[in-house]
Amino acid sequence: MAEAALRVDKVAMHFGGLVAISDMTFVVGEGEIVSLIGPNGAGKTTAFNVVTGFLTPTHGEVSYRGQVLTGLKPQQIASLGLVRTFQRTSVFPNDTVYQNVVIGLHRRGKATLLSSILGLPGARQSEAASRREAVQLIEWIGLGRRAHDLAGSLSYGEQRLVGVAVALAAEPSMLLLDEPVSGMNASETHTFVQLIRKLRDRGITILLVEHDMPMVMSVSDRIVVLNYGRIIAEGPPDAIRNDPAVIEAYLGQGVKHA
Amino acid sequence: MKLAVSIAAVAALASVPLWLRDPYLLNALITTGIFVIGAMSLNLLLGFTGQLSLGHIAFFGIGAYVSALTSLGFDIGLPGGFRIVHEPWPPLAGFALAVLVAALCGYLVGRLSFRVRGAYFVIVTISFAEVVRLVALNWVELTQGPLALTSIPPMQVGWPGLGEFVFRTKLHNYYLVLGTAALCYLLIARLVDSQFGRAMRALMENETLAVSIGIDVTRTLSIAAMVSAGIAGAAGSLYAHYMKIIDPEVFAFINTVTMVIMVITGGKGSLAGPVVGGLIFGLMPVALRPVMAPEAQWIAYGGILIAILFLMPRGIVPALARHFPRPNPAAPEAFANRDAKESA
Amino acid sequence: MSEFLQHLLNTLVLGGTYALLGIGLTLIFGIMNVVNFTHGILYTFGAYIMFIVVQKLELNFFLALPVAVISGWLLGALVELTLLRPFRGSDIDTTMLVMIGAWIAMQSATLWVWGGVAKSVPTPFPEAPLVLGPVSVSWLRLFVLAAAALLIVLTYVLINRTRLGCAMRATFQDHDTAALMGVNVDLVYTSTFAVGSSLAAAAGALLGPVYVVYPQMGDLAAVKAFAIVILGGLGNITGAVIGGFILALAEELGAGYVSSGYRDAMGFLIIIAVLIFRPTGLFPRAERVG
Repeated sequence: MAEAALRVDKVAMHFGGLVAISDMTFVVGEGEIVSLIGPNGAGKTTAFNVVTGFLTPTHGEVSYRGQVLTGLKPQQIASLGLVRTFQRTSVFPNDTVYQNVVIGLHRRGKATLLSSILGLPGARQSEAASRREAVQLIEWIGLGRRAHDLAGSLSYGEQRLVGVAVALAAEPSMLLLDEPVSGMNASETHTFVQLIRKLRDRGITILLVEHDMPMVMSVSDRIVVLNYGRIIAEGPPDAIRNDPAVIEAYLGQGVKHA
Repeated sequence: MKLAVSIAAVAALASVPLWLRDPYLLNALITTGIFVIGAMSLNLLLGFTGQLSLGHIAFFGIGAYVSALTSLGFDIGLPGGFRIVHEPWPPLAGFALAVLVAALCGYLVGRLSFRVRGAYFVIVTISFAEVVRLVALNWVELTQGPLALTSIPPMQVGWPGLGEFVFRTKLHNYYLVLGTAALCYLLIARLVDSQFGRAMRALMENETLAVSIGIDVTRTLSIAAMVSAGIAGAAGSLYAHYMKIIDPEVFAFINTVTMVIMVITGGKGSLAGPVVGGLIFGLMPVALRPVMAPEAQWIAYGGILIAILFLMPRGIVPALARHFPRPNPAAPEAFANRDAKESA
Repeated sequence: MSEFLQHLLNTLVLGGTYALLGIGLTLIFGIMNVVNFTHGILYTFGAYIMFIVVQKLELNFFLALPVAVISGWLLGALVELTLLRPFRGSDIDTTMLVMIGAWIAMQSATLWVWGGVAKSVPTPFPEAPLVLGPVSVSWLRLFVLAAAALLIVLTYVLINRTRLGCAMRATFQDHDTAALMGVNVDLVYTSTFAVGSSLAAAAGALLGPVYVVYPQMGDLAAVKAFAIVILGGLGNITGAVIGGFILALAEELGAGYVSSGYRDAMGFLIIIAVLIFRPTGLFPRAERVG
């Protein structure tokens, strides 16, 4: 395995008396595509929120490229290159797709407040650069024809793509995707899988939380399976497919196993 | 296109004193203009960050008092036997200090009160304004309390040796207010169109997503509050030097409400909204004075506010703008060309 | 020492009416998620009803009180039906602005009808205060305390012992679920606003005769009510009662030992301090109304 990018070390998350995650440890290597799966209520989304700083773990710590994330705010974590997408609220609905991406470029903007207000050349150049970047990114992700539509007016699947574009604009070295293909049809999902591979080819490490088993099996290098807040299995897709504990967890819940 | 409209609007407003000689109307226009500046600054918060500040008049009032006290001078005793004696400074220094002090207060209040949102934020801001009003009322040694600060000198620009200009007449003050308002408009337009303005809008639309791409909430909102308060302070300073008298009533909640009505009616989040709303509500008393008692006018204002919220919740300017669609000026041509090719 | 005892006694009298104000607002805020800027106007309204019934109609003082409470109830129901119901589903900022509009219109109407001159309400109580050792209290204030206490108890009974109260508690917890369970949420909203308004009117009717009656008297009362709600925690009735007494104590001590000019600043300072240092209120957020 490549050098570790994300390290989740003995993380536990309690809400009052409820244990959402207990003693979770896993590693995502640089350039890997890792999926976090598990039945409903297994603690996947909680794990995501802990990693991205929206929740502070009760025990344990998360580190990214050697930097401990505990106590950092979400925006500071984003500045380290660790950027996430969201399951539901994934876009700025009242802005166009193009404007969404320009907002996403926030971290790259170099203009100071004063130079923007005075309209200094530095600010103008920074703005022009942002526009070019946004255009490129939108073309790259395949939303060119939707660029001037309000993000809120797009179909569910397209909104997820906008969400990814916004996250990519923040220049991540690692991307965390929260159920990116839920609500997408088969062909959209297929396109998305190719997109994930293209992202990896750009050198972006990926952690995925997903329900869609065929998609997870086809795209992941490694899979981590959570149940009742614990890791019950970890390994490459073929091993996971045949793991008795995993089959038990899914079948035991009456969920159709892929 | 947009620039042309703005220049035409400023030119039209600049020509008003050429054909309007009535000092009463000119006075109404000047005070309206001052309140329009206040409303524009409120819109920066309310319309572009989504934070409803109902204590906005505090910064206006602080600007008025700072400017007045700077140019009048004061002599106060502090606990422990200290005395602060301040000799009068030129009004322009008062203006600069008014902006700075108001901006600083805005930053600090923002920093503290953005910990809470929604209704709680609104209530904190009201409370802040009321505390400031009570201080202005009770710190008689500094502010003269209800007796008011009087004989505030008119605004004056210039440099020793190079000559100076005193804004003595209504006509002078009209152009002073118009010029300041135009500058503030430009400043706000630049600000909301910048990277910083996008961050503000992003927070208003989807705070969680904004944070996840690295936008710093507290910093962004506090800076917005700072700029907004600074502009309100400038308006307050103009008010003090034009009226030549200010008392603690300047902090009255009703003055904030007036600005809120201007912004909501004109259209929050639209640059021209507060100007349109401000002109309507600033000049309506002039139009209604012969036919309605002031109390009846206020009943009407309350009713109009409710009616606008019901019928035109986004305000007049956005409602009109819908009938004149125009391409997004910020967007590059790249996609447009491509669309044209594809549809061809 | 006797001075301090006197402050405590004053606190008790003032705190009772503050608690009434706070309960009314916390019900409306908690159940309907509406920041009710007309609360102060309802307080003013209650005081003017007292003035009209006692001074203008020359009717009995004790009869005027229930008239004020019922009038407040009716006006509150009217405001809810005509102004809030059309905005159901709007965000909290919009309803807040609607309430501000209503407040301006209603206060200006009061000013228009009655003018700005303060009125006083004659009372049947003797002028001479009741002297209890080192402290004294007027009979009127004692009556105010007793009436406020009675109304607070009645509100508790309403919330905890009636079907309507049960529906209100359910709506407070989750209005969607309550609606699914067959609770008539529209009725709950109207009733809540009416009850809250009648309590504000009662507070005004009780304090109006103690002080004087004028159109802007409700402005400060409204802010004080907000302070009480924030102190006590959203939707927490017991918290509002305790908050009412804390605010009254802070004002009495502030006026007595700091400066009477800053009496009214206490409420605002409490709001600012609580929200900045303890945004959930002094008491943990109530799980349910009651």
